[in-house]
Amino acid sequence: MSHIEIIRSGILTTCQDAGRAGWAHLAVPPSGAADRPSWRLANQLAGNPTGACALETTLTGCTIRAHRNVTVVVGGAPCSVTVDGHPEAWGQPVKLPAGSVLDAGPAEVGVRSYLAFSGGLHPKASLGSHSTDLLSGLGPAPVKDGDTIPLGPSPAHPPLPTQWPAPWAGVSEELVMKLHLGPRLDWFTAEAVSELAKGDWTVSEHSNRIGLRLIGPALRHKEPGRELPSEGIVAGSLQVPPNGQPILFGADHPTTAGYPVIGVVGPAALAAAAQARPGTRIRFAPIPIPHWNERP
Amino acid sequence: MTVPRTGKTPGGRLKPLPSGPRGVLIDCGTGEAARACYRALQARRVNGSLEATDLVPGATTVLVDGVEEPELLAAEIPDWVLTDDTGQPGEAIEIPVCYDGPDLDAVAELWGVAPGQVADIHTSVEYEAAFCGFTPGFAYLEGLPERYHTPRREDPRTSVPAGSVAVAGPYTGVYPRSSPGGWRLIATMTNPGRLWNEHREPAALLVPGTRVRFVKVEI
Repeated sequence: MSHIEIIRSGILTTCQDAGRAGWAHLAVPPSGAADRPSWRLANQLAGNPTGACALETTLTGCTIRAHRNVTVVVGGAPCSVTVDGHPEAWGQPVKLPAGSVLDAGPAEVGVRSYLAFSGGLHPKASLGSHSTDLLSGLGPAPVKDGDTIPLGPSPAHPPLPTQWPAPWAGVSEELVMKLHLGPRLDWFTAEAVSELAKGDWTVSEHSNRIGLRLIGPALRHKEPGRELPSEGIVAGSLQVPPNGQPILFGADHPTTAGYPVIGVVGPAALAAAAQARPGTRIRFAPIPIPHWNERP
Repeated sequence: MTVPRTGKTPGGRLKPLPSGPRGVLIDCGTGEAARACYRALQARRVNGSLEATDLVPGATTVLVDGVEEPELLAAEIPDWVLTDDTGQPGEAIEIPVCYDGPDLDAVAELWGVAPGQVADIHTSVEYEAAFCGFTPGFAYLEGLPERYHTPRREDPRTSVPAGSVAVAGPYTGVYPRSSPGGWRLIATMTNPGRLWNEHREPAALLVPGTRVRFVKVEI
């Protein structure tokens, strides 16, 4: 069993697994890995079952010491990987002898790297998930220097003799996201709707696992001052407060919101958004609203 | 519960709105219809005719998230007719509170009553947890007569203690833990630890649909 020890936590490193879907009716955010495909792949390469808990870093990486022999895969945002100071491969299973120190350096592109350990991490669970939830505080707190996190038993499957698919499709300087229009498109002016397809936005530095704040053309409400009764929202919702500057909600999003959602991005775009640094340009490719409501 | 078309849908026809590739937001028009729709969706999930990750009631909506073919669900929703029964009657959960909130006098003034009467009014209503939001275990309790609906504070507090019982808009609620808040505080729950317990199933005391009564205690 044994554990890993955090030597350098970086600006924000959290434990993340598949999260807490299914509890939204109790106001529990879904949480879980922000870049799901990268987290999943890192676990697969480490030989872990689907859903194992990994470390999710933010921009600056992190450093850990292994207290047993363990295999680790550093994936997601590309970064330098060293073991006891010697360069090792990113995106491949790396063997850590007990006592050795693994450093995952700052993200070279993107935001979030994933450190998947064979056996997975077993910090405190809450509602069946080990994920840190920054909005509600459920799950383990973000890791601190000196923390120890238990490792699970080594998985039955040995790590896969493979490597990260190259080139990594995670980030570019400009993201174009397919945006499924609705549910509250009709709360917006015609100008706002056409602006959605034309305008570009920049990711604000006030962005986190809860959501990306976007700076750009204002998307105006048709009836300023009209209040939306609180309603449930999904991850990927593009919510527009009265100032017209949209927020793209991520893994730790509030379960209900009081401002209209003009459109929703799908899982692939949400994963890309999780790797978008402040300053990244974002455009939307609106997908028309389905004709559900036009029956007589 | 879905019944033949002779039944009554409180609030009129249900309107499905797309909420991403796997979601349907059902606009029910009224809170009463939303609660009936939530019960109908729960029944469908229990009998296996609906598979969804989350059913999330809102003030006048229900979100169905994690459905494989939202268009199939959306196609049948407008034909649903909901009964206006209130589900299983059951016992209301009693919440002992001390009417000592810092906004008690202000609320009394807004309601046009003496401060001592706020407790009488607040304890006289049987509430229903309409939906949860804001923080895990925080339930929006519906039932206050319209004349006692209350505007939020102009200046939200940066910290409201756990257990604070508050009113805002048509709702009353209890803060499960310390957090910022803009509701008006009228009372304190004696044992707020009951509201949220991760080792209990369900973790929230006040799940949507729960009936609630406040009971005045002196400390």
